[in-house]
Amino acid sequence: MSLDADEVARIAHLAGLAIDEADIPEYTTNLSNILELVEQMSSVDTAGIEPMAHPLELPQRLREDKVTETDQRELFQKCAPKVERGLYLVPQVIE
Amino acid sequence: MHDKNVAELSAGLKNGDFSSEELTRVYLNRIESLDKDLNSFISVTAEQALAAARIADQQYKSGTAGPLTGIPIAQKDIFCIQGVRTSCGSKMLANFIAPYDATVVTRLNEAGMVMLGKTNMDEFAMGSSNENSFYGAVKNPWDLLAVPGGSSGGSASAVAAQLAPVATGTDTGGSIRQPASLCGITGLKPTYGRVSRYGMIAFASSLDQGGPMARSAEDAAMLLNAMAGFDHHDSTSVDREVPDYTGNLDQSIEGLRIGIPAEFFAEGLDDGVASVIQAALQEYEKMGASLVDISLPNSGLSIPTYYVVAMAECSSNLSRFDGVRFGHRCEDPVDLEDLYKRSRGEGFGAEVKRRIMIGTYALSAGYYDAYYLKAQQLRHLISDDYKKAFEQVDVIMGPTAPSVAFDIGEKSDDPVSMYLSDIYTIAVNLAGLPGMSIPAGFVDNRPVGLQIIGNYFDESRLLNIAHQFQCETNWHKQVPPGYE
Repeated sequence: MSLDADEVARIAHLAGLAIDEADIPEYTTNLSNILELVEQMSSVDTAGIEPMAHPLELPQRLREDKVTETDQRELFQKCAPKVERGLYLVPQVIE
Repeated sequence: MHDKNVAELSAGLKNGDFSSEELTRVYLNRIESLDKDLNSFISVTAEQALAAARIADQQYKSGTAGPLTGIPIAQKDIFCIQGVRTSCGSKMLANFIAPYDATVVTRLNEAGMVMLGKTNMDEFAMGSSNENSFYGAVKNPWDLLAVPGGSSGGSASAVAAQLAPVATGTDTGGSIRQPASLCGITGLKPTYGRVSRYGMIAFASSLDQGGPMARSAEDAAMLLNAMAGFDHHDSTSVDREVPDYTGNLDQSIEGLRIGIPAEFFAEGLDDGVASVIQAALQEYEKMGASLVDISLPNSGLSIPTYYVVAMAECSSNLSRFDGVRFGHRCEDPVDLEDLYKRSRGEGFGAEVKRRIMIGTYALSAGYYDAYYLKAQQLRHLISDDYKKAFEQVDVIMGPTAPSVAFDIGEKSDDPVSMYLSDIYTIAVNLAGLPGMSIPAGFVDNRPVGLQIIGNYFDESRLLNIAHQFQCETNWHKQVPPGYE
């Protein structure tokens, strides 16, 4: 499986990553090589095999539906790059 | 003092031979004078360490000290520590001061341990050489031209150079065992779910597991005692009794059945490493164990399977870094998309970006079945190989890594060749099993690790088997020249 530059740019877009134009050829080569390695998976027929999502195959634990967390907004917002009056700031989204 | 093991340090503190403050200063001085070459620490928390040491000394005076009280430790910089920068080896988190403690940190604090600082690592634990750190490559104390392995390379290098008696690590595909092997120390990746992942920055959630890195199995057992246990903050934490891991260390291993997988000794294994491992296996035979040939037929598929699972999970986990709530934010974004893309593009290094992109691709519409679902199915087959093997044998042994530490720069331009260095460790994470690496010898003055893989929750047995080897051999007592 080999990717071209347009596909790499599309994947970077899906991944929410800005990639320098100049770096695209290197990513194209590296990502194609990784996909080539991954292609080995197709050598095995896995029809009917249950996918394994959890190494111990345990179900997720449930807990009582009650509030256990306290409000720590101020503490958590201390590590935010831009906040004002308790709100996270982002560029304007709605005109 | 720095050449003593944890039990000796603990006894020395208890008897009043030295104080925790004195002991802590010894290590802080060693870090100060020796870490310039190694770069094994990202942050040194000297003031906090001395304050914690004084509290520990009080606890010895008041008779409330436990076996780990006052013992210094280095924390991998992947564990959140309240009020301390937690960078995860990334520019993305260069200014991130964690607002809470990871459960592992809480537990080690409760045990009275003294944190010296935070160790260097591959960015977001993605790498096998520690060259992917924003804070610079870590050097191997056995040879400053060599990598220490990764991703817990800082912890491995620091423990090997005796800059800390013990350290924490995390292992997603070998990140405790491979650096332990390359630096000549003892490292244990516990069973998935044994050690809480809460506050341990996530790379691949179904594979990540924290564990101890130490100079001996006994030290690792003492540390695991404090690290392991159920945590309701981690939804995959297993609610199961934690045994005293030091309790079985002295048990005889007479009659132990050791599985030797043919696939671990096939093409790709360095001849020198193979001879060291064979010699270690003979040592076990002398101790009364028997070697049983086994096969793990799907081993060859573990690398592609692992990388699809790990990259898919990483692309999802790392989507939280958006330049809004924490972490790096780009200057003057023109719109929301620009904010996301440039913050992430600037904050992540090349390997992290590659993995996010492959993961995104593997999860994207039209490719999910061919990649992620397929990998999860293969994961089942790989895991079943181990289940079958453990019907025949008690543990599995082989090399931890196919070669000794490689040179810095040797593989950094070729991600695929780097991935192949994880060939013997990653299936253990896919299956969720516990695994260890212990020092077994040297090739060209660089250490070789023996890997011991156990059945689920068999950490006690692994530590016993490792300790028995360390009673008969001196490989774990070797110290790199210049760091005695």
